[in-house]
Amino acid sequence: MLSLRSAFRAFSRAPLLSLLSVTTIAFSLFAFGLFGLVALNIRNALRTVEERVEIRAFLADKTPVEQIAAASDDIAKFPEVEHVDVVTQEQALARAKRELGEFKDVFESEFLPASLDVKLKPGFRDPNTVRRIADRLRALEFVDDVRYGDEWITQLYRLRNIAGVAGGVLGLAFAAVAIIIIGATIRMAVLARAKEIAIMRLVGATDWFIRRPFLIEGSIKGIVGGTLALILSYVAMRALQQYLHLETAFFDQRMAMLGVASGALMGLGGSAVSVGRHLRKV
Amino acid sequence: MIRFDRVTKIYPRSGGSAALRDVTLHIAKGEFAFLTGPSGAGKSTILKLLYMEERPTSGEVRISGYNSADISPRDISKLRRRLGIVFQDFRLLEDRTAEGNVAFALEVTGVPRPLIPGKVARALTAVGLASKATAYPRELSGGEQQRVAFARALVNDPFVLIADEPTGNLDERATRGIFQLLRDINASGTAVLMATHNLDLVRSSDYRCIEMNHGEVVYDSADAKRKAG
Ligand SMILES: Nc1ncnc2c1ncn2[C@@H]1O[C@H](COP(=O)(O)OP(=O)(O)OP(=O)(O)O)[C@@H](O)[C@H]1O
Ligand SMILES: [Mg+2]
Repeated sequence: MLSLRSAFRAFSRAPLLSLLSVTTIAFSLFAFGLFGLVALNIRNALRTVEERVEIRAFLADKTPVEQIAAASDDIAKFPEVEHVDVVTQEQALARAKRELGEFKDVFESEFLPASLDVKLKPGFRDPNTVRRIADRLRALEFVDDVRYGDEWITQLYRLRNIAGVAGGVLGLAFAAVAIIIIGATIRMAVLARAKEIAIMRLVGATDWFIRRPFLIEGSIKGIVGGTLALILSYVAMRALQQYLHLETAFFDQRMAMLGVASGALMGLGGSAVSVGRHLRKV
Repeated sequence: MIRFDRVTKIYPRSGGSAALRDVTLHIAKGEFAFLTGPSGAGKSTILKLLYMEERPTSGEVRISGYNSADISPRDISKLRRRLGIVFQDFRLLEDRTAEGNVAFALEVTGVPRPLIPGKVARALTAVGLASKATAYPRELSGGEQQRVAFARALVNDPFVLIADEPTGNLDERATRGIFQLLRDINASGTAVLMATHNLDLVRSSDYRCIEMNHGEVVYDSADAKRKAG
């Protein structure tokens, strides 16, 4: 209780220093949050793209309907396959007209082949699996040709992997910067109170007692900074939505809380290191 | 109660020269002793070893059942709660009043809140500063500030008072006042160990005098008395 009070007293005693540390924490976490949002939205975008991953096996002309139905049943039993749609020539034509309305006239004749549209289960939509399934379909005698988003899918996956690695590396770098800044501001706070600490030791205050207010102070600053960063991230995201007309997602409640908690953890870690080092020296 | 047993102290960054050389010393319960000697003789080092700010390079310091060889950080805190320590430069907190400074020593050592005001008032009365309880250090004279420091040192009822040149910054009159205070403190049963350059003060009383030079005890009035007697 006393230490909580003295932590708050530290705020009021050095408002500028406290403000500085809170804002630096907020900005480092904000940078972290912005990157997190980018990663989150790339991931969401990829997910919707992935959902559209389909393998289309075009069927030879005049393939008997029964054979198509039997093949469709067989393929549906592959463990990787979610479901199979049979698209007749008429349906293919209708779809083409719907998707390319302006060029309606081009599709008068029945030159669009029927196809089996194969959709894979989530987790099996990576380029390797897609290629393997495509090869199996191509081997069927009544399949003329197989198409899938070949190059395109590979590129997307590469992008996602790059985003993931970059996110991890940048995130860690930002976290390190935040911890260093917190450590530095706490060190300033410790130095500002060096005399008080010296007297505390002289009259027999325990190390833990001396440390505690700084740890609490660091955590509180981390929490405040984290909350501020969350608000800033939200504002930034709304601004992007408005000016770029982008459909974007925000962190869900659990991730938001995780962000604030990691702010608290950074504050705690930074101040623990800083206070520990200073107290060993005095 | 306090025992130095063949204590040598070499500070890490002193280039190997010893601040204390093979010092053996005993101070009894309730005793009053002066530590004198030229600058650099090792007086402050003796006091620092007593409150375990420093550890001996060899030999051991024993104080009230604790031993420098194996005392834990936690026990150092416990020990210091039973010591009163005062310096030449007062070491008061500028943003706290006289009573705030005295209360500080109790607040940070876990004394229950309701007990604090009574203890603080008693300590300030003991040093003759009850009327200045709400004054800030900058509103007090040097002698008064040093009394606040004594009140802070006494508020935990120490068994020994350690004073490192407590009158170093004070004029003759204030020095006399502080010395009288130390005698009163000693009369109530607290041992006093005081480092000083003020030889007039030492000669004006017949308290024990331990004289140091180059890290060694060169004269101890207790030994002299023993030999004479
Ligand atoms: N922290 C330290 N590191 C290195 N050397 C030190 C340290 N503290 C004291 N010394 C050295 O130890 C010797 C004894 O110092 P000490 O402070 O005990 O002397 P003193 O008798 O208190 O002197 P004074 O009367 O000037 O206060 C000196 O030579 C001093 O330079
Ligand atoms: Mg000294």
